[in-house]
Amino acid sequence: MNLNISALEFVQEAKLGNISVEDFVAETIQRIRDVDDTLHAFLSLSGYDDAISQAQGIDRKIRSGQHVGACFGMPISIKDNICIKDSKTTCASRMLEDFVAPYDATVITRLRDSDAVFIGKTNMDEFAMGITTEFSAFGPSRNPWNTKYVPGGSSGGSAVSVAALECVASLGSDTGGSVRNPASFCSVVGYKPTYGLVSRYGLISYANSIEQIGPITRTVKDAAFMLNIISGLDPNDDTTAAATAMCCSRDRCDAGHDGSSNNHNHNHNNNNTSNTSYDYLSGIDADITSKRIGIISDMMGDGIDAAVLSATRDAISKLEGLGATCQEISLDMIKYSVAAYYTITSTEAGSNLARYDNIRYGYDLPLEGYEFNSYITKARDKFGPEVRRRIILGGFVPSAGHAGRYFLKALKVKQKLTEEINRAFQDFDVLIAPTVPILPFCLGEKIDDPLSLFLLDINTVTANLTGKPSISVPYTHSHGLPIGIQLIADSMQDGMLLQVANALEGTTNLPEVPI
Amino acid sequence: MTIIGLEIHCQLTNLNSKLFCSCKANYRGLSVNENVCPVCIGLPGSLPRLNRQAVRKAIMIAMALNCSVPDRTAFFRKNYFYPDLPKNFQITQLNVYGDTSIGGAGKIMIGDKEIRITRVQLEEDPGRLIYQGDSSKNMVTLVDYNRAGTPLVEIVTEPDFETPREVRGFLSVLSDLLANLGVADPSLEGAMRADANVSIKGGRRVEIKNIGSFHDLEKAVQYEIVRQESLHSRGIAIVQETRHWDDKRRVTTTSRSKEEDLDYRYFLEGDIPWIAIHPGIKEALQAEMPESIESKKRRYISEYGIPYQVADVLSSDKFFSDLFEDSFSVANAKEVANIITTDLMGLMDTREHQEASKLTAVHLRELADLILSGEVSRISSKNALHEIVKTGKDTLQVVSELDLGNVSDESELSSVVSQVVSEETRAVSEAHDNPQGVLHYLVGQVMKKTRGKADPKLTISLVKRQLGLP
Repeated sequence: MNLNISALEFVQEAKLGNISVEDFVAETIQRIRDVDDTLHAFLSLSGYDDAISQAQGIDRKIRSGQHVGACFGMPISIKDNICIKDSKTTCASRMLEDFVAPYDATVITRLRDSDAVFIGKTNMDEFAMGITTEFSAFGPSRNPWNTKYVPGGSSGGSAVSVAALECVASLGSDTGGSVRNPASFCSVVGYKPTYGLVSRYGLISYANSIEQIGPITRTVKDAAFMLNIISGLDPNDDTTAAATAMCCSRDRCDAGHDGSSNNHNHNHNNNNTSNTSYDYLSGIDADITSKRIGIISDMMGDGIDAAVLSATRDAISKLEGLGATCQEISLDMIKYSVAAYYTITSTEAGSNLARYDNIRYGYDLPLEGYEFNSYITKARDKFGPEVRRRIILGGFVPSAGHAGRYFLKALKVKQKLTEEINRAFQDFDVLIAPTVPILPFCLGEKIDDPLSLFLLDINTVTANLTGKPSISVPYTHSHGLPIGIQLIADSMQDGMLLQVANALEGTTNLPEVPI
Repeated sequence: MTIIGLEIHCQLTNLNSKLFCSCKANYRGLSVNENVCPVCIGLPGSLPRLNRQAVRKAIMIAMALNCSVPDRTAFFRKNYFYPDLPKNFQITQLNVYGDTSIGGAGKIMIGDKEIRITRVQLEEDPGRLIYQGDSSKNMVTLVDYNRAGTPLVEIVTEPDFETPREVRGFLSVLSDLLANLGVADPSLEGAMRADANVSIKGGRRVEIKNIGSFHDLEKAVQYEIVRQESLHSRGIAIVQETRHWDDKRRVTTTSRSKEEDLDYRYFLEGDIPWIAIHPGIKEALQAEMPESIESKKRRYISEYGIPYQVADVLSSDKFFSDLFEDSFSVANAKEVANIITTDLMGLMDTREHQEASKLTAVHLRELADLILSGEVSRISSKNALHEIVKTGKDTLQVVSELDLGNVSDESELSSVVSQVVSEETRAVSEAHDNPQGVLHYLVGQVMKKTRGKADPKLTISLVKRQLGLP
């Protein structure tokens, strides 16, 4: 059985009965058994019997002509910072090694309702802090294109699982590039939606004001397919209401939808996962003749790898060949963006990770005999080095004596950068730049140099700081290592972003994964 | 000169749900850690979801305290580690980066004195710590998160108080105001808590935390003034510090924790988008606001001729003024107010008594009308009230069952009067010298014989006739 098919192809074939969901799921599990000892994409796997019996149930429904959800039993992997009820959700941290989520994240509820089969939880940098997956407390994942190389991060396991045919699609989370970076390194599509378009309820927060759950898929259309399922208003995440209100003001959402955030109906038990009915697949094939594309020169300067630069130039000329007009643009604030990003994310991380005091949940460490402060100090000893670094930074930069010099300044950069990019979107439909300025590197090569790792976020953090949707499209390979091209659009222009990305993807011809 | 400022914490106990989840806002009577969910115990991945009804109630409180209300409001995180705080940060409000708390500067009159309000903010209550064990060796701390996330409104005053008496006056007015708004039941245990800042001339500011009731607040302030004056008189410096109110020993004790040194690293809570408070919302809330106590009082006096004292007592109490509003007509208003303030407030003096009472507005209206028409005397009405509160029986049924109806049959009453006149020979003989006194006395005797049921007007005229008085 060919596991190398897109989500749309899988759905088509399953619907027609050309493939048995049970066989596909069984084959996928076998594939994981074959390759994952090497790749370590997964931290935990769903029970074999559960997955198979779920697949059998869907096969039965297909055969008897009953309604089947949009996923048709598609095996999907989930980053281990997204809660699945009664499953371990560790954030790749010793701190949450034994944490079993008592509830489903909203995206999980929606996928479950769409008959997705959750195949397992994927590896990541601890609490999503890192861009190599080497900061996982349970060991790194490896790049399927060359297992000596890092797969990128922090959603490294998700990208590896999609690239190495261990699932059809995956969900990661993107705080500063954590979906796009590993997608670029593993030659798959990684997409971060507009902030607030996808509910974060059940995503374990790292830097909540800028992060989003995003799909990692084999094709751009698959990303649109996933977005159709997971996006939309969620009563459990107030930031989705704000995004929907913005959406309505632009006349882009269903007219019957109440996008008002003044909904006084306060009922959490009503886990009504109402969804906007916008179809991100419709119009995705439209041509891009009139599209104006801005080339972000600040993301293609010092330190960029020659192969990455030439790939980007090539992609630009392909888009011009499709009728788009491309022009260089400079965003002055980008030079401060990484500093601002680490200041803001560390501040929020320090606060978001404060709850891990081991009192209400966590791991086995008896409380008796401790005074509170000494207990939590001991309990929090389980955080790994990168998390500690950021918690310490997060205690310093917003503190009373230093906030003016660091945190408040970072917020100012964020605001100025947003104003700058908003102005750019008056002239351009989409902005383009490489996803990562360099090619994948070897495991261990940069782990002792946190600053050089920080700087690799230079091209991805802008979309997070400004809330804009952004996608990494696998474009080409150099010396057997993948290169991804990043596109950014204005807020709630996700449909158009996917349309341009789909056009760019159409110009590529990529090799099959060697493993 | 003493200067006192207050920070009052008031739970919005009348709301259905907590500030950020659907657990109950009023957790009383539930078993330990029963009223919790992933949101209010801060499970990984959970997000706060703002209870907009709480925002509306908090805006009402701000408006009732004559505070400015901003065009948009935001929430901040106050970061500190404490076991009663499930996320180890509290979601609260802050005015450092622009005036974004629900209420800005305001003021309220306490008698003739104006107390300035600094701000009003909405925040989540932490859980509750329960200490067990008698010595530090076997001390155990238990945590109950039932309270965690309860909507709490903090009202901060300027240091405008000079005496504990003024503090008490303010608390009484504030407590009535909150009850009148229908946002809280101040009588519930722990629903009202306070911190106080106290300083005397020549001393530094001392903050007293952890005062669990309004009653204790006055005591704590009183204690603190005495303590500071005693130090001052002995030439000992009063240091700036935080002290705790020990409600068992009834003293303030110095707090070992250096709370002033804590750096809360405030920053915007990104999970809760800014909330716009459009002028239309403010107008709608203003229109929705219940009539103020002051306005009720004025109306009672000017429109129904109710005496000031009665109007004052009646308007200040939400329960009884609601009952009054449901019962009265313009004709019987005075009588209804009288029954409530002289009899009912005594009969139904506690929350339990109020809840157990079977009396309805209809009972009250009928009884007042019976008194006005002379069918039941005021004295008899007391007995009827007792029975109605207890049984909820129909008013007329109670009057007839207890035989409380006035004797207004002239021949029947005449014979009672004759009997009294023939028995009270001494009084009758003094009728000429002291007509009013004797009349009063004899009418009293008639009432006594009829167990208060004699129609007063008829009795007076009959006594007068028999004594030959004009």
